[in-house]
Amino acid sequence: MPLEVTGPEVHREMGLSDAEGEMIRRRLGREPTLTELGMFAVLWSEHCSYKSSKNVLKYFTRYREAVEGEGLENAGVVDIGDGIGITFKVESHNHPSAVEPYEGAATGIGGIIRDVLSMGARPIACLDSLRFGDITDPENGEDRRLFTRVVQGIGGYGNCIGVPTVAGEVSFHPRFAGNPIVNVMCVGEVALGKVATAEAKGPGNPVLYLGSETGKDGIHGATFASEVLGEESEAKRPNVQIGDPFAGKLLIEATLEALETGAIIAIQDMGAAGLTCSTCEMSVRGGVGMEIDLDRVPLRDPTMNAYEIMLSESQERMLAVVQKGREEEVLAVFKKWGLPAVVIGSVTDDGIVTVVHKGETEASVPAGLISEGCPVLDLHAEKPGNVDSAARFDVSVLPEPSNYERTLLKLLSSPSIASKAWVYQQYDYTVQTRTSLWPGDGDAAVLALRGSQKGIAMKIDGNSCYAYADPFVGGQLALIEAARNVACTGARPVAATDCLNFGDPNDPNVFWRFREAVRGIASASDALNVPILSGNVSFYNETPDGEVLPTPTIGVVGVLDDASKRLGMGFPKGMGYIYLVYGFGHAAKQHALGASEYLRVQHGVDDGAPQPPDLETEKGLLEFLAAAAQESLLECAHDLSDGGFAVALAEMCVVGEAGCFALMDADEHFQRHILGPVLDRMATTRTPPSEAVRRSILDAETQTNPWTYSTRTDARLFGEMPGRVLIGVSSETVRESRLETLRDLAHDRGLFLHCVGTYDAASRHMQIAAPSRSLLRTALKDVREAYFGSIPAFTDGADPPVDA
Amino acid sequence: MWHRETSLQGFDAVVIPGGFTYGDYLRGGAIAALAPILSEVRRFAENGLPVLGICNGFQILTEAHILPGALVRNSGRKFVCRKIAVTPHNTDSFWTEGCKGVLHMPVAHNEGRYIADEETLERLEQERRVAFIYCSEEGEPTDEANPNGSAANIAGILNDRGNVLGLMPHPERVVAELLGGTDGRSILERLSDA
Repeated sequence: MPLEVTGPEVHREMGLSDAEGEMIRRRLGREPTLTELGMFAVLWSEHCSYKSSKNVLKYFTRYREAVEGEGLENAGVVDIGDGIGITFKVESHNHPSAVEPYEGAATGIGGIIRDVLSMGARPIACLDSLRFGDITDPENGEDRRLFTRVVQGIGGYGNCIGVPTVAGEVSFHPRFAGNPIVNVMCVGEVALGKVATAEAKGPGNPVLYLGSETGKDGIHGATFASEVLGEESEAKRPNVQIGDPFAGKLLIEATLEALETGAIIAIQDMGAAGLTCSTCEMSVRGGVGMEIDLDRVPLRDPTMNAYEIMLSESQERMLAVVQKGREEEVLAVFKKWGLPAVVIGSVTDDGIVTVVHKGETEASVPAGLISEGCPVLDLHAEKPGNVDSAARFDVSVLPEPSNYERTLLKLLSSPSIASKAWVYQQYDYTVQTRTSLWPGDGDAAVLALRGSQKGIAMKIDGNSCYAYADPFVGGQLALIEAARNVACTGARPVAATDCLNFGDPNDPNVFWRFREAVRGIASASDALNVPILSGNVSFYNETPDGEVLPTPTIGVVGVLDDASKRLGMGFPKGMGYIYLVYGFGHAAKQHALGASEYLRVQHGVDDGAPQPPDLETEKGLLEFLAAAAQESLLECAHDLSDGGFAVALAEMCVVGEAGCFALMDADEHFQRHILGPVLDRMATTRTPPSEAVRRSILDAETQTNPWTYSTRTDARLFGEMPGRVLIGVSSETVRESRLETLRDLAHDRGLFLHCVGTYDAASRHMQIAAPSRSLLRTALKDVREAYFGSIPAFTDGADPPVDA
Repeated sequence: MWHRETSLQGFDAVVIPGGFTYGDYLRGGAIAALAPILSEVRRFAENGLPVLGICNGFQILTEAHILPGALVRNSGRKFVCRKIAVTPHNTDSFWTEGCKGVLHMPVAHNEGRYIADEETLERLEQERRVAFIYCSEEGEPTDEANPNGSAANIAGILNDRGNVLGLMPHPERVVAELLGGTDGRSILERLSDA
């Protein structure tokens, strides 16, 4: 007798609703076995089935086309030329990281790496987007511990498996207390024409189990990820998988070598729902069935039953369909790498996944029913009250800071803005020797590809506070920010991946936020022509204290035709000019302070709505930056984001170790007294600027003023206005009159160039002035201390070190 | 060269690169030091042929007692990945003769803190076997410049004949401007003379 279901409550314990339980019985025409019910439960869980999100994800153009057309693959592949394909995907590992931060984060890295490996691609970089509760509160050791351990887990796995973690973002907010967001992204490189598929084909072909033994870890992990965290979550620690990065490393090498034999027809990693998911999905994709014998599955614990084996989420495993008669070639490769590999069954033509264990048929279910039959939900959406109240927020009730320098330093030391060196220095970001622009040096990471001049840039971004106040705009800005960051390195953004982290979708307010965020991302994606190629939805990010802030995160990858033209964000050696590139899509009076870091840090106010972007300006900026970098007209570029103009300028100074002088409302005084003397100084050099150049610097830029959007000084200094990038232009470039070329590149795209000041590597101060007064003048060493010293002070300084 | 091999016949030099051999779950390089090929590497080294161990390779060389001392957990108790500066202390050996001035290379390790007993440290100093020391931009062996708490800021050492170099920084990761620098070349280009 197969394992039986012992009562009507079993499906509920597994997370299935009564209606779903009934449907399974009706469609099967009989009582399911325990193993079958478990298989349905995991594949029909939110995590695997996307039952609540499917209808909304159709706003994504590529997703809609794929669902209606050739179907979804594990991740899309972008052709970047030279025969190179790039594939990437982001995934969440929030729930496991909340209860077991080290292993939860570590296996998140392992899982996303195998996802990319399943495409036949070599994983060449990882990125992560992280959210934690408040780490500055001395009483709150728990969120500091989660932060420390998640970072160690990412490093522990990523460093050992030898895939560099090259970029990411981290921010902090009390609304993430106890429920961190851990989104991990992997980028892979694959020769076009060698992309692997997950379509099982050819009845009679053997099915191979590849990789580590199956243990009892992670059983029902996918179901766990589909419920709200509660008091009893701690008891689910055994649901968290345990990673073995060295086995993961061997699996990468063995899999890529086995794929080279040409004997593998289809391959998929065993991630969420392990053997269940891989057998059912591969069967459905190929329109076939599979019969597998669990007695052949390598086990860590020989007492495991069929239910446990089918639901285990043990790590570092793959499933492959191999051409009949060529299985030895694949088995030999795995033997060489010291990894288990066995034939566990074969492809059938009946569309049914049959699981046999100790002579009993433990499961026999139509693959289509189990992997695609889950009823799609049409959930109710209702606009939450906070959105309208945020839109009505009135900044005029707040006083201006009495000391802008102090405010700037406060912002720079806010952990969400401060340098994340404490984080990324725990990640090996130079292994594999492709990393060309290192973490902290630019707005995105750049990898130089081998055997090609090309480089790829990558970044992941999102702003939870924006998404809470206005999910549509928050969604737009997440994609735009990631794309703009990639463009600031000189790359052309080509595609994106999304990870959507929200609360319980059955709450109409949560579902409304989710839908609006997706609509926002889709609108920006279409407008910027940066398609969403892959993604992941994570619901139920809630604790007994409530839902976390809605967090859509977007990973964007871009291409540089010549990797050596990559741009960092720091001011270079020597001296030159700082220009603001911007559009005038939003002429209306704004303050751009809604949902800003400034409001939270300076006023303790968590209110207001983010400034909506102007999509034309954003598109123009992406094109402008790529073109200007290609022409070698820029020294550096950095976009305005958290903390606005003043913070962006400060970051360019400390990263480049140069001082600067900037002026808001550049007027005649500025031209005469500030820029004039610089030009005069340059005039004494061997190649003085021509009179035409001099005029173009002094005159042309007074026609527009980028600061008219607000009369408030704090709004100008710290407002988070989208569509703005600061660039450094060398005095040589200006002397060579190439400024005209630069200006044409901007004007052609409806953008303005406005000279805001000068940088000078010999200067030890950053200063921002208004025509009649100095707004702030700060020693670089203070800026550096605030920016680099903050996170180490809150972590290393606050708690005894936690051992890895 | 596969770890199970037992011969280095026909090779002119051995480079043991970085990585996490066998996961380094026990101790950096501890299991790799027992790999079959390591006895051959020891013989190779004893014959005076050039051997270079980088990062995990350095750990393996100490675990195999081809180089003295040990590499233990960083004093900050965290993995550390960043660009550091080293200054060559001995430029007469095979691997270091092309080095001059302050060199910038990345480190990326969890167990890179070099330790040895007083006697060994003194001997290394006297026999000019300290190859590289972590230093400031000005070449001074300051505490701030030491990323892992190594004794005497030691970043790399030589064996008694000077043909074996072990170092924690990664010269192979800075061999092109495109990768952030070219300072690693001065060591690796010595391979052409091997």
